[in-house]
Amino acid sequence: MKKNILGILGLLIAIFVVTALLNPKFISAYNMQNLIKWSSLYAIMGVGVAFVIITGGIDLSIGSVIGLVASLLAFTLNVHHWNPAVALIAILLLSALIGLAHGLLITKVKLQPFVVTLCGLLIYRGIARWVTDNQSMGFPGQDRLDYIFSGQVSVTSTFALPMPLIYLTVIAILAAIFLNRTIWGRYLLALGNNEEGARYSGIQTDNLKIAAYVICSVLAGITGLLFAFELDSVQPAQTGEFYELYAIAAAVLGGCSLRGGEGTILGVIIAAAVIRLIYNSINMLGISTHLEYAILGIVILLGVAVDELVKRYVARRRTARQQAGQ
Amino acid sequence: MASDAPLLLEVRSLGKQFPGVRALHEVDLSLAQGEVHAVIGENGAGKSTLMKILAGVQSADTGEILLDGQQVNIQSVRDAQNLGIALIHQELNLAGNLDLAANIFLGREPQRAGFIDRPALEAAAGEHLQRVGLNLPPHTIAGDLPIGRQQLVEIAKALSCNARILIMDEPTSSLSQKETDTLFSVVRDLRSEGISIIYISHRLGEVKELADRVTVLRDGENAGNLAHKEIGHDAMVKLMVGRDLDKFYERSSHAPGKPVLALDRLRTHAHPSSEISFTVRGGEIVGLAGLVGAGRTELLQTLFGVTPAIGGEMRIADQPFAPQSPLEAIRAGLALAPEDRKQQGLILQMAVRANASLASLRRDQRRGFIDRVAEETVAQDAVDQMAVKTPSLDQVTQYLSGGNQQKIVLGKWLALNPRLLLLDEPTRGIDVGAKREIYRLMELLAGEGVAILFVSSEMEEVLGMSDRALVMHEGRMSGELARDQLTEEAVMQLATGLSLAA
Repeated sequence: MKKNILGILGLLIAIFVVTALLNPKFISAYNMQNLIKWSSLYAIMGVGVAFVIITGGIDLSIGSVIGLVASLLAFTLNVHHWNPAVALIAILLLSALIGLAHGLLITKVKLQPFVVTLCGLLIYRGIARWVTDNQSMGFPGQDRLDYIFSGQVSVTSTFALPMPLIYLTVIAILAAIFLNRTIWGRYLLALGNNEEGARYSGIQTDNLKIAAYVICSVLAGITGLLFAFELDSVQPAQTGEFYELYAIAAAVLGGCSLRGGEGTILGVIIAAAVIRLIYNSINMLGISTHLEYAILGIVILLGVAVDELVKRYVARRRTARQQAGQ
Repeated sequence: MASDAPLLLEVRSLGKQFPGVRALHEVDLSLAQGEVHAVIGENGAGKSTLMKILAGVQSADTGEILLDGQQVNIQSVRDAQNLGIALIHQELNLAGNLDLAANIFLGREPQRAGFIDRPALEAAAGEHLQRVGLNLPPHTIAGDLPIGRQQLVEIAKALSCNARILIMDEPTSSLSQKETDTLFSVVRDLRSEGISIIYISHRLGEVKELADRVTVLRDGENAGNLAHKEIGHDAMVKLMVGRDLDKFYERSSHAPGKPVLALDRLRTHAHPSSEISFTVRGGEIVGLAGLVGAGRTELLQTLFGVTPAIGGEMRIADQPFAPQSPLEAIRAGLALAPEDRKQQGLILQMAVRANASLASLRRDQRRGFIDRVAEETVAQDAVDQMAVKTPSLDQVTQYLSGGNQQKIVLGKWLALNPRLLLLDEPTRGIDVGAKREIYRLMELLAGEGVAILFVSSEMEEVLGMSDRALVMHEGRMSGELARDQLTEEAVMQLATGLSLAA
């Protein structure tokens, strides 16, 4: 697993160095702050979906949850003038309930994760547009919330850390501790590899899977709050659209297998940074932005393919070594 | 005497290696024309591998195969078919949705102008069905036939490819007594037609009845051969286990303690109309015998909370017990080493350490955090107690041999000190050394007062290890045998649904 991270970290550094050499503006404080901010936002989503992917599932509804959360926040604050604290709590609770619903449908009704969350993608987007009458909204007069979610913490006179990075740091540490140090993290990895075997060892696999979907949706909800204030304006039809795909891409590029049972938090975070870095480099190097998607797709594909080939090579060497040892 | 006939097939020093396991080592086998040649050995002795090589399913690493004195190269099932060798699998391979004629000629349908020539197909299929004594219309749907008849269709299919050598792998493991008799008479007819049969079984009674000659394999090597007049139960067992039986299955009797498990008219999902009642006491080793599909695995799964009971009562140590999940069963002091160890017993992709500690993590937790020291201790104890051969605790379990994998499954449960240990085919597919280790453990635990209920399809194991045997037939208890009543004949009678002769 450590080798896994080294590979993706190498890729990050390589693109970084090449871009920095070709365009000195790349390492300006402004650009770096932006890059860190957007990487952090992607990484929080990625960490969330990583939990689901580790169980062998998928969550396609993340982008729509982000859209719904952002829309409802603007709607409750602007139109109904809710107390901001109440609005935030209600929205995070709603995110958790969405995850709970996904988990229950998948474990108890035994629907496929792809189907459940695909329907979620459609439903939450539709509700967001309907509730807000599809009106774009901003956050006038919410300076405190704006600071909490998209402010900066100054480090030097020219460089400041964006708020999303602070959220990511806290979330990543908690997630890594959960996954690597607690019995539930171990259970999650076990059930992702072999659900039946985990059940036969006394693991309550359904509860854990439900927990994974709740974690994923809550992190999507938090990302939704961060995005809302980052963008300063919410378009119910567009905010967060396709973001689930970036989250899944980050998780997969970061070493999660869609077959389940594999993944590291650090890997996902680095992979999220790689994805944002590619965008940034395309701009910085003056490559046609029409190529963005194509380049992103190729990099992810290559990354995953190399990872698979390395794994196979390691497995073959192990077998050969064992036979020689006999 | 068939064994005086010319040699049809000769296998010379065949070897086959799998990762971590030497499946075959310098194995020889000779088969005369028109001979029924039994190949016997315990689970994991290499019988199946040998047969798969002959049938082209796998290829050998070393050695040679001669047919009619000519060296042949069998690289695929098609090669084997062309040479006249057909394997009748333990799991039948008929397409249940197609009719008999279509099954027999699957992939070789007679054609006319590119379309299947249905009349020719049915006529040819009818002939082959007659040869195996099946008077059924060729358009019968295969899936509608009972398993015994499906097997005869498989044989007809092999004959239609002009097979000269039929390899039958455990053909009677799921047949009733009547179906077995029919099969035997077909085998005898084929023998008189000059067809050679390699017959794999661990039912020694059948081997004695049917075989002209016996080859015994043990741990992937030749353990010996028996000519027709030498074939006897004790001689076969001695070659199979490599020593006298009572030294292999070392059992001492323990005074049985209080009832640990009591079932009262229990009904399971698999056989909802049968009611099962019995008791297992502390310190007792109880064997659960029966044919494949008799409902033994399903019974253990119900006890372990995998598929909850649909009626009746269970008691553990005199307390009502109705587990809805394995976790509840584990909390009541049960442990199960399941039949499918790779799928249910282990997380193959995880290390020895994580597997050995998986069941005890919950008990050893520190407010949700894994107690690394306790985990290490549990894993190391499991490896030491069970004498697991592994390079380290970090070894991924899929790279261990079947025997070592099973030891880890057992080690995982020992850490929890269960009071009732359920074992489902505990020694299937593992080597003799690991087997002895597992028998030793069963004896040790029984001595400590643990109740043990084990399912086994291996007759010697049931006879050797049980203080008492329960026999199941089609979902119900067909009888109970005390240790002094335990004989192969008695078990088989009950397993095939007959009652005991008085």
